[in-house]
Amino acid sequence: MSDDLASVFRRETGRCTATLIRILGDVDLAEDAVAEAFAIAAERWPVAGTPPNPGAWIVTTARNRAIDHLRRESTRDARQRASHHLHETDMDAEPNPDLDQLDGFVDVVADDQLRLMFLCCHPALSPDAQVALTLRLLGGLDTPEIARAFVIPEATVAQRIVRAKRKLRDNNAPYRIPRPAELPGRLRPVLAAIFLIFTEGHTATTGTSLTRTDLSDEAIRLGAVLVELMPDEPEALGLLALMVLTDARRPARTAPDGSMIRLADQDRSLWDGELIARGHALVQTCLRRDQPGPYQFQAAIAAVHADATSHAATDWPQIVALYDQLRAQRPDPVVGLNRAIAIGEARGATAGLDELALLDTDRLADYQPFHAAHADLLVRADRPADAVEAYDRALALTTNPSERAFLLGQRALAAQPD
Amino acid sequence: MITTTQLHPDESEHTMPQYLLSVWHDDDYGDADFSDPELQRQMAQTGAFNEEVTAAGAWVFGNGLHSKASATVVRPSNGQVSMTDGPYAESKEQMGGFWVIEAPDLDAALEWARKGALACEGPVEVRPFHGE
Repeated sequence: MSDDLASVFRRETGRCTATLIRILGDVDLAEDAVAEAFAIAAERWPVAGTPPNPGAWIVTTARNRAIDHLRRESTRDARQRASHHLHETDMDAEPNPDLDQLDGFVDVVADDQLRLMFLCCHPALSPDAQVALTLRLLGGLDTPEIARAFVIPEATVAQRIVRAKRKLRDNNAPYRIPRPAELPGRLRPVLAAIFLIFTEGHTATTGTSLTRTDLSDEAIRLGAVLVELMPDEPEALGLLALMVLTDARRPARTAPDGSMIRLADQDRSLWDGELIARGHALVQTCLRRDQPGPYQFQAAIAAVHADATSHAATDWPQIVALYDQLRAQRPDPVVGLNRAIAIGEARGATAGLDELALLDTDRLADYQPFHAAHADLLVRADRPADAVEAYDRALALTTNPSERAFLLGQRALAAQPD
Repeated sequence: MITTTQLHPDESEHTMPQYLLSVWHDDDYGDADFSDPELQRQMAQTGAFNEEVTAAGAWVFGNGLHSKASATVVRPSNGQVSMTDGPYAESKEQMGGFWVIEAPDLDAALEWARKGALACEGPVEVRPFHGE
């Protein structure tokens, strides 16, 4: 694929698939048709030049090929397929056009992408399936790419996608944007899936760094599309702000040898100023809405970090206050852990340890960051022997080599008498 | 030939999808005390839900089942059958009753399941029937 075509593919494949699903009423048919259209483009564009509206060209070509295929199918097959079609039940949606009367170009409809996001992240699907389907249909990633990115076997990914599509089809899942009353419950898994894609790319545990970076970029792209299509959803804005601000730190997160660098030790001059500015603007927009939610609080916390010229100069009391609010909305032990870490910075290591002791440690027992944070606070509270034990617990739970190297280094420092 | 019929299945020919909404219990309810106010409340709520489903035209069938102790399994074997006492599944969970409803799509079926689960105060499993 030429660079030109590859970039059109990245940008347009999700949009085109989304529109084709509406026109054809079938996910598999739409996917096949879009793939075929891109294959035709790969032959023609280098010779005839890239058309002025590549998306419309792909959608139109894909639709025409799909019609050809359907015409060739026997009536029986067609009837069988019809019974599998997704149901269009959105009263506000444009009616499906009669394929025989459609002439000329078909344009991609922005709303289709939103329909597809809600379909891929239907709450009837497991989070794993939601993520795989989102990457496949909206991101245009193929099964091997998704498998590589998540470091899981290709067969697992393939099975997840096939089962998810079959479940949606067997259940007559509608292709529409949820009604306002349904929206909070339906938006939550969409936001969660996008954030999961982002964190998988950001907290690279294994796999090649290149694929991981692609995942973060794709999550930010999807988040931006969601904000564009649902500009009145403050949590969508919050999610995008959170991802952008976190991503701004990416250049400073890894040493040249690939090992991880903690926030406290990062060279902040490497942070991406443009992304920070974009994130700040998004956070400001959220604040004006005054409908706070978990993603917005996390974005605000990331914004406070971004403002600090050094770790020591961070406004920790502000971060603690934001974690207080976040915890009131989302009382989960990981939020409590991060709040305890912030308290350790704002009020000293002993105060942090006191907070840590109040957490549900049973639920955090297998959570490596809990033991790493505990060890760090113990070092700072001048309890090196306890710290070494906590580092050992953290090390036992670590699979990532760069994290392991980091923890071993910290453990050695703690074990060394001054 | 591709026609709009294929994209918009003709409502007069195409029956609406049907879903099984089954209610599940974690334990045996065979010795349930029907004078228990909790059970009476659930039954009253479920009755009201049944009326709502009927009024909406979504009702196909629905009823509660006697407890699993009442079940008999009939198994085919070489043209004959054998019978065993008790339910087929040896799990603790058991189906206490079910509805068959008609709904235009999954989301509509899930909305009925939501109301049904709140009415009978128990988990409801949603499964689509095969089409025509």
